[in-house]
Amino acid sequence: MLSYVIKRVLLVIPTLLGAAALVFVLMRLIPGDVCVVRLGSSGGTFDPKAIALCHAELGMDRPVLIQFLDFVWGCMRLDFGTSMWSGRPVTTEILARLPISLEIAILATLVAIVIAIPLGAISAVMQNTWIDHVVRIFAVGGIATPSFWLGIMSILFVLNFTSAVFGKPWMPPIEYVPIWEDPIHNLSMAMLPAITVGYRYAAVSMRMTRSAMLEVMQEDYIRTARAKGLIRKLIINRHALKNALLPVVTLIGIEFAFLIGGLVVTEQVFNLNGVGRLFVQAVQNQDYTLTQGLVMLTVIIFVVCNLIVDLLYAWLDPRIRYS
Amino acid sequence: MVSNIKTAGFSPAGADEMAARATRTRRVLKFCRRELLGTFGLLLVLLIAITGIFAELLAPYSPTANDFGAMMEAPSAAHPLGTDQFGRDLLSRIIFGARTAMIVGLTSALLGGVAGLVLGVGSAYFGGMADLITQRVCDVVMAFPLIIMALAVVAIFGTGVQNVIIAITIPLIPRCARVVRASALSIRELPYVDAARALGYSHTRIILLHMVPNVMAPFLIMVTAFVGQAVLAEASLSYLGLGVQEPVPAWGLMLQGGTEEYATTAPWIAIFPGVAIVLAVLGISLFGDALRDTLDPKLRKQ
Repeated sequence: MLSYVIKRVLLVIPTLLGAAALVFVLMRLIPGDVCVVRLGSSGGTFDPKAIALCHAELGMDRPVLIQFLDFVWGCMRLDFGTSMWSGRPVTTEILARLPISLEIAILATLVAIVIAIPLGAISAVMQNTWIDHVVRIFAVGGIATPSFWLGIMSILFVLNFTSAVFGKPWMPPIEYVPIWEDPIHNLSMAMLPAITVGYRYAAVSMRMTRSAMLEVMQEDYIRTARAKGLIRKLIINRHALKNALLPVVTLIGIEFAFLIGGLVVTEQVFNLNGVGRLFVQAVQNQDYTLTQGLVMLTVIIFVVCNLIVDLLYAWLDPRIRYS
Repeated sequence: MVSNIKTAGFSPAGADEMAARATRTRRVLKFCRRELLGTFGLLLVLLIAITGIFAELLAPYSPTANDFGAMMEAPSAAHPLGTDQFGRDLLSRIIFGARTAMIVGLTSALLGGVAGLVLGVGSAYFGGMADLITQRVCDVVMAFPLIIMALAVVAIFGTGVQNVIIAITIPLIPRCARVVRASALSIRELPYVDAARALGYSHTRIILLHMVPNVMAPFLIMVTAFVGQAVLAEASLSYLGLGVQEPVPAWGLMLQGGTEEYATTAPWIAIFPGVAIVLAVLGISLFGDALRDTLDPKLRKQ
C-alpha cells in the first residue's frame, strides 16, 4: 500500500507542473500587451515609461524561464500575485469568497448522494419496471437541464409562490453569513443554489449507481448468495450495493472538482459573491493575474480530489494496489 | 433511379450495393423499433436542426427587429411565445437561436472529435515516447473542468461565435483522444495491422484505412455526447455574457440579465429559451444513449 501511495503522490507533480506551464503559456498568448490593456482601461496615454514600469512591476522584463519558475514557486506557496483590478493579493480575493462556494459545493454533494445512491440502487433492482423508467427520465432530465436555467426557474417559482401565498414576494438573501452565526439565514441562501447544482450532480451519479449495481447483480457471488437462500434485502444491501459503490465514490470525488464549473454559472444566477462569480468578473475585467490564479486553484483542487479518490479506492479495493 | 435499378439488376457490384443499402435500412428500422427513446431523441434533434437550417422561412419576424409598441408582451396570436424587453419576437429568436446552437454544437463536437481521433489513434499506433507525451498532455488539459478551460480561452481570445467554438473545442480534444486511444491500442495488436505493415503500407494508410474504421463506434458515441456538452457550454458562456454576443440570437444570451425583474411580470422571457436548451440537449442525450447501447454494449457502464 505504501509504495502505491508514494507512486500515486509523485504522479501529481508532473500534472501540476504541466498545468502551470499551460496556464503560463495561455496567459502569454493574449493578443497585444497586457500593460497596454491595463493602462488603456484606466484611460491613460501610452507613455513608454509607464509601460516599462508596469512590465517591471509584473516581472515581465525578466527572462521567460525565470518568470515561469517564479510562477511555479508562487503556485507552490499558493501565492498568485496581486489582482490587476483591485490591487489586492489574489489569494486574499479568493479566500474572501471561498466559504460560500465551498458551502454550496458540500451541500450540493450531500443533495447528490442522498438522491443518487438510493434512487440508482432502486432503479437497478427494479430494472425495466415503471419505477426504473421514472428514475431514468429524472436522471436524463438532470443531464439536459442547464443548472443556471434551473436556478432561474426556482427563483421564478419562489417569487411567484411567496407572492401568491404571503402576498409579498420573497427572495433568498444574498449576503453571506456563516452557518454558525445565523443558520436560517445561511441555509435559506445556500439551499436553492445547492439543489440546482446538486440535481445535475445527482443525475450523473444516479446513472452510475444504476449501471454499477446492474453489473454487480450479475456476479457469481450474488447468485451464490441467492442460491443459499439469503434474504433479498441482505443480498442487496450487504453484498451488491457495497461493491457497486466503488465506482460511484470515484465519480463523486471527481465531480466535486467539476462543481466549481457549475458554481461559475449558478452563483451568477443567485447573485452570490463566491469564487465562481469572481472568475467571471476576472475574465470580464481582463484581470489576467486573477484569472491565472483562479484557473490554477481549480486545477489544484481537481488534482487533489483525484488523488484522494484514487487513494480511497485503493484502500477500499485491494485489487488496485496489488495490480 | 431507373438507371440505378437497371444496373443493379445486371452487375454484381450494383447488386451488392443494393443489398448493402437494404441491410442498412433494415438496421435503421431495427434501431428505431428497439430504441424508442433514442428515436424520439433523434427526431427532436432533427426537428431542431431543420428549424435552424430553415430559420428564415419558419420565423414569423426578424430575430433582431424591435417592436417598441409591443415590449414584454405576453404570448398572443401575433407573438406565440411573447416578446422580450426590447420588443423582439421570442419565437423568432428561439428559431434563429437553434441555428447558433447547432453551428456551435456541431462544429465544436466535430473539430474536437476529429482532432481527438487523430491524436488518439496516432498515439496508440506509434506508441513509445510519442504516446507517453500525448497522454501526459491530455492528462494536463483534462485537469481543467470544461467550462473553466473555455472561460480561460475566452479571456485570451475574446468573445464571439468563432472564439466560443475554439474555447469549447480545446477541452473536448483530450477527452476524445483518451477513449479512442484505449480502443485503438487493442486493434494495434491484431494480426492484420502487422500484416499491413509487413506489406510495406505507409503509416498514414494503415492509420486511416485499417485503424480508424475500427474505432468508429467509440468515436461516434463520444461525438454525439460532445454535441450535447457543447450546446450546454455555449448556453452557459452566452448566459455569462462571455459567449455569443448581441445581436446574434442565442438561447443562453436570451436568458441573460434581470431574471428577477421579469420573473413576476414577464416569466415567458425566462421560460421558453430554457425549454429550447433542455429539448435540444435531451434529444442529443437520448439519441446518444441509444447509439451507445446499439454500437457497443461494453461501454454501457461509462
